[in-house]
Amino acid sequence: MFKKIGLLRFLGSALVALCCVCTPAMAQDFKMAMSSPPTSMDPHFQNITTNANVIEHMFEPLVMRDPNGKLVPALAESWSLINGLTWEFKIRKGARFSDGSPVTAEDVIYSLDRPATIKNSPASFNLFTKAILNKKIVDSATVRLTTGQPSPLLPQDLVYLIIVSKKATEGLSSDDFASGKGMVGSGPYKFVKFLRDDRIEMERSDTYNGPNKSPWATVTIRFISNASTRLAALLAGDVQAIENVPTPDIERVRKDPKLSLVTKTSERMVFLFADWRDKSPFVTDKNGAVLPRNPLKDVRVRHALSMAINRDAIRERVMEGLSESTENLSIPGSSGYNTSLKAQKFDPEGAKKLLAAAGYPDGFGLTIHGPNNRLVNDEKVAQTIAQMFTRVGIDSKVETMPMAVYAPRGAKYEFSVALIAWGGSNDLTSPMRALIACEDPAKGLGVVNWSKYCNPKVDEILTRALVTMDDPARSKMLQEAAAIMSNDVALIPLYFQVSAWALKKGITYTGRGDERTYAYNFKPQ
Amino acid sequence: MIAFVVRRLWQSFFVLLLMSLLVFVGIYAIGNPVDLLISPEATQAERIATAASFGLDKPMWEQYFLFLQNAFAGDLGRSFAYSTPALLLILQRMPATLELAVAATLISILLGLPLGLWAGLRRNGFAGKAIMAFSVLGFSLPTFWVGLMLIMLFSVYLGWLPSSGRGETALLFGVPVSFLTLDGLKHLLLPAFNLSLFNIALVIRLTHAGTQEALLQDYVKFARAKGLSNGRIIGVHVLKNILIPIVTVIALQFGALIAFAIVTESIFAWPGMGKLIIDSIRVLDRPVVVAYLLMTTTLFIVLNLVVDVLYSLLDPRVRLSDVKG
Repeated sequence: MFKKIGLLRFLGSALVALCCVCTPAMAQDFKMAMSSPPTSMDPHFQNITTNANVIEHMFEPLVMRDPNGKLVPALAESWSLINGLTWEFKIRKGARFSDGSPVTAEDVIYSLDRPATIKNSPASFNLFTKAILNKKIVDSATVRLTTGQPSPLLPQDLVYLIIVSKKATEGLSSDDFASGKGMVGSGPYKFVKFLRDDRIEMERSDTYNGPNKSPWATVTIRFISNASTRLAALLAGDVQAIENVPTPDIERVRKDPKLSLVTKTSERMVFLFADWRDKSPFVTDKNGAVLPRNPLKDVRVRHALSMAINRDAIRERVMEGLSESTENLSIPGSSGYNTSLKAQKFDPEGAKKLLAAAGYPDGFGLTIHGPNNRLVNDEKVAQTIAQMFTRVGIDSKVETMPMAVYAPRGAKYEFSVALIAWGGSNDLTSPMRALIACEDPAKGLGVVNWSKYCNPKVDEILTRALVTMDDPARSKMLQEAAAIMSNDVALIPLYFQVSAWALKKGITYTGRGDERTYAYNFKPQ
Repeated sequence: MIAFVVRRLWQSFFVLLLMSLLVFVGIYAIGNPVDLLISPEATQAERIATAASFGLDKPMWEQYFLFLQNAFAGDLGRSFAYSTPALLLILQRMPATLELAVAATLISILLGLPLGLWAGLRRNGFAGKAIMAFSVLGFSLPTFWVGLMLIMLFSVYLGWLPSSGRGETALLFGVPVSFLTLDGLKHLLLPAFNLSLFNIALVIRLTHAGTQEALLQDYVKFARAKGLSNGRIIGVHVLKNILIPIVTVIALQFGALIAFAIVTESIFAWPGMGKLIIDSIRVLDRPVVVAYLLMTTTLFIVLNLVVDVLYSLLDPRVRLSDVKG
């Protein structure tokens, strides 16, 4: 009898003790759900946002972006231009990897060389390092990088390049990282466990001395691709925050007293390509026969297309407010953002007049192509635009397909008007190089220029801007280019996507424009 | 019988060959995975180098021939997206899917058999009618909808079970499994039930029909006349006789469970093979898609063969031989 009571008392006190231990710890645990799992834990395996988002919790690049896209120090506390071709980066004082060893210039050089050694990378980081011709260690905390030609964008490119520990990763294959080998970074978190496709667990790193200290002792990132399930996980309390709130549920989250919604305009610029070739496969007469001359080549017709689109209606009715109409191809505040360019106003009458002036008073036939699993509401947006075109006399059909089919077809120039987005619009040169520049595959120009737009004047400005180190001068050049492209209707800009996060009340969060979600940006109130 | 098995395996080999060729040509026709995987800012030279490192620069027939050559050596190629051997990727995710399928099979037997028996015995009662109505729902409701409803009910409103994911796992012979930890078991319950719903309905209907038929048989009447207790008649004599077709169907359905786990796995964010195959199709990761389909085809072939052989062993009236045209 006595023994039993003793046991009970022991159990009771053990329970109390357990709760004392677990209650404060609970408040320190943070769980969030992302929509896609990473393909690898190796920071240099594949250049893709889903991998970077997870990896950047544990590792740092030299330079990073703040929530608005401005460059701020990460592992490098400062950087400066030594001469026209050389950048100097200084490593943060006292920066250490999670194993306690200091981050040295040697680790930086090693990390810059490593991407080129990765075998079978589906999207190599080589892209960002190949401009660097010479890497020099000045002292243990200072490196100098010299490029072949002036390279104003080098710090921006290095945002993507993670610094790893030479000692911890030498000789490892990309696959090794998933088990935790080599997961020794200088970031705010330390690797605990990675379960492929399910979750990653991390804890606050004691060795981190940078600006992004974690308010949470442990962080778990779950990967839930299905949007409804992701929201359900939040509603059920399994996670405290989710990214990519599905648009049909935005209203519900806004009204729920237990949740809050955070939105932020992203760098993903959604637009239409309009074919510039003499003949275009999906521009037809009203009976479906391909027109001998492509009307989209006429700037008045392209203007008319842009004027026929009611961007406000798309924002209100299709996107639930999650879009921001634009005429600029890069985000506000970016180099090249032209404040005098305003989103095209909806003007169906003006569009009809322009079509008539161009010799198409009765319009023509058109098929709009788009993806159906890539952008938020991509299929609905394409259908809405088709109806708007039809209203001004251009009988439009829509054909959408999975990105796996869409991207290869676009690369073969199989479309006339194609809906797609550009994700790196934090500097105008990025969309210009890829979408606008005349095709020059050897130089990496116009590689996704599906419309075959080519304006030597724009190219000339781009070439100059890419080697101009003086920021204000460069920005001015690019603004001029932005005006020319708008005048040409080089492509038809629609809107920037707005990212949305849902979180439990009692937590605050600052959204980022680069579609990344860092646990340390969530703060308990 | 050995001749039968050997011939069957020989035929299966051609099925697999044909299958691999179809998938290969199909994915080749869709397009180049490099366009999807590589950064859009990459230069042409980088695109060509990446394609070459995947062997995609060679003509289609040569790629297929190389694939066959490696496949016979046991190597089904490396995933383009993960750069891990495709077979390894699938094997890593297989325990999760198998666990789900086994749990679903168990649930369908444990629930389906008693419910079916009850409905068969009380076919005019309310319970019998309710059970049969439930089985109709089990057949006709779409899995993804039921899955979401289960999550809404048990996780969001009642808060009894976690909404998704796999939870804690424990190692069993070096393989991570969920059912050995309480947390894992809680995570397993909803997806397993969702996956088993169709099978529960199937078992209920088979048992129901079998019971009704058996009750009219002479041996049941004889047993009653002999004065055996009702429990013994139902539990031993009836059940034994109706079990053969049920066992066959459950065994064959096991393959279908694994193949159809895709929907349940995506709804419940269950990290199994189904999610892998969906992600792989999305980026045209051919080695993984081919390896996965070869695996599932093999699974079906083996299951069918095992059922045929078992059948011949269980039922002396069945003799294994090929139908010759």
